[in-house]
Amino acid sequence: MKYLDEYRDPEAARLLLDEIRRVSTRCWTLMEVCGGQTHSLLRHGIAAELEGTVELIHGPGCPVCVTDQEAIDFACQLAQRDDVILASFGDMLRVPGSRGSLLDARTAGARIQIVYSPLDAVQLARKHPEKQVVFFAVGFETTAPATALAVKQAARDQLDNFSLIVSHVRVQPAMESLVQAPDNRVQAFLAAGHVCTVMGYESYESFVEQYRLPVVVTGFEPLDLLEGILACVKQLEANEVRLENRYARTVQAAGNQSAQDLVREIYQICDRAWRGFGVIPEGGLELCLEWRQYDARTRFSEPALPVLGIDECRSFDVMTGHLKPPDCPHFRKSCNPESPLGAPMVSSEGACAAYYRYGMTASH
Amino acid sequence: MCLGIPGKVVHWLEREGAFSQAEVEFDGVRRVVHMACVTEAELGDYVVVHAGIAISRIDPIEAKRIFETIAGWGDDEGWRPERLEEPEAPQ
Ligand code: SF4
Repeated sequence: MKYLDEYRDPEAARLLLDEIRRVSTRCWTLMEVCGGQTHSLLRHGIAAELEGTVELIHGPGCPVCVTDQEAIDFACQLAQRDDVILASFGDMLRVPGSRGSLLDARTAGARIQIVYSPLDAVQLARKHPEKQVVFFAVGFETTAPATALAVKQAARDQLDNFSLIVSHVRVQPAMESLVQAPDNRVQAFLAAGHVCTVMGYESYESFVEQYRLPVVVTGFEPLDLLEGILACVKQLEANEVRLENRYARTVQAAGNQSAQDLVREIYQICDRAWRGFGVIPEGGLELCLEWRQYDARTRFSEPALPVLGIDECRSFDVMTGHLKPPDCPHFRKSCNPESPLGAPMVSSEGACAAYYRYGMTASH
Repeated sequence: MCLGIPGKVVHWLEREGAFSQAEVEFDGVRRVVHMACVTEAELGDYVVVHAGIAISRIDPIEAKRIFETIAGWGDDEGWRPERLEEPEAPQ
C-alpha cells in the first residue's frame, strides 16, 4: 500500500542499518516512546539487528498499558449495570483491573461492545436510545481529537445517553518524569510520530534544551525507525543535542491546529494516575466543565470501589527501560497473552506482547 | 492504539467543518472517515487515519526525501528513487 510498502524496502533498510553501524563508535541507549514503534522494531527484526550498536528501550507510549486499574474497575462496574452498554477499543478487553478485566465482566453477562472509533460508540447510542452508552476513552493526544469529535456529535444529536470514562493521557509529562528520575538510562528519544502529528513538536524545544537529550520525531515503518535511530546516533556521536523531525511527510512543527482546537474546546489538562507510575502532574486530559455532563463519573453515582490486591506486573520497570520483558520473572510463566498479569502482555502496543509474539526470549 | 494508516481520499460526502466526512480507500477497501481535522484535503490526497478520523495529510514531496537521501549511499545494485511511485494527480 502506498506510503507503507515502500517504507519497508529491504534494500533501503540494509543501507540504513549499515550507516547506523558505520557511524556508531559505542552502544547508545535510545528510547522509542510509542508502543506502535516497539512492535514495528521487533516485528521487522530491527532491535535484534542493532544489538550491540544501539540498545532500544521501550517507553511509556501505550495508553492501554498505562490506564489506571481504578479506571478499568470503574468500567467493569458500569458495564455490569443493566441499563449500560460499555463501548471500548478491543485492546482494553483483556487488560486486568484489580477486580478482573472487561472480558471477565462480559463473560459474567455484562454488555460490552468493541468499537474501532469513538464515533462508532455515538452511533451505538443513536441505535439504542433505551440504554446508556459509555465509551472508555483511552489514548494519547492522537486519539483525543476523535473522542472530542464524538462528544460534539453527541451534543449535536442531543443524545443524552452517551458518556465517556475519560482516561486520556499526555505523553510529554511522562517523558519528563522519566528523565527526571535519578536512574534514567535514556540518552535520546525517538518521539511518537502520531502524537506529534496532532500536537506538533515545538513543545519539545524546551524539553531538549532543559534535559540536554536529542529528540527525533519518528514514524512507524522500518525505514522511518531506522532513519530516526540514525539521526539520534549521529547527534550523540557528534555530542550534539537537537530536535529533529524525521517524519516530515506527516508531521508539521505546529501539528494539526483543527485537531488541537477540538481538543482544547472539550478537554482541559489535569493530573492523572498512570498505572505503575503514580500520579503524573499534567499527565492527562479531562472534560472541561461545560462538557462535564458527558463524563460517566458525573452521570453515574456508583460507589467508589477501593483497588484490590497488589499489582504484580513489572510494567513500570519495562516502560522506564530498566527491565526487558523476557527478564520479568512472570514472562511466559504466570504471564502470557491468554492470562496476562499486566497490560503490556495483551495490548497491541504492549512491549511484553511484542517480545512474546516475535519470539524474543533472551535479554537484549 | 496510536497507529494511523494512510489512505486515499476518493469521495467527499460532507465538507463542512466539524462534521466533514469522506470516503477513504485503504488497499482497495473504502471506508467513511471523519475529516474535521483535514478539511483542506483534496481528492487523491493521502491522509493518515486514526480511530476513524483523519489526523494529517501526507506530503508527497517529503515522502520521497528519505529515498533520495539514501540513494546516494548505495552501490549500483542498490535502491533507486524511481522505484517510488510519482504522487498521483488529484482526480
Ligand atoms: S511480562 Fe507480564 S508481569 Fe511482566 S512486565 Fe510484562 S505484562 Fe507485566
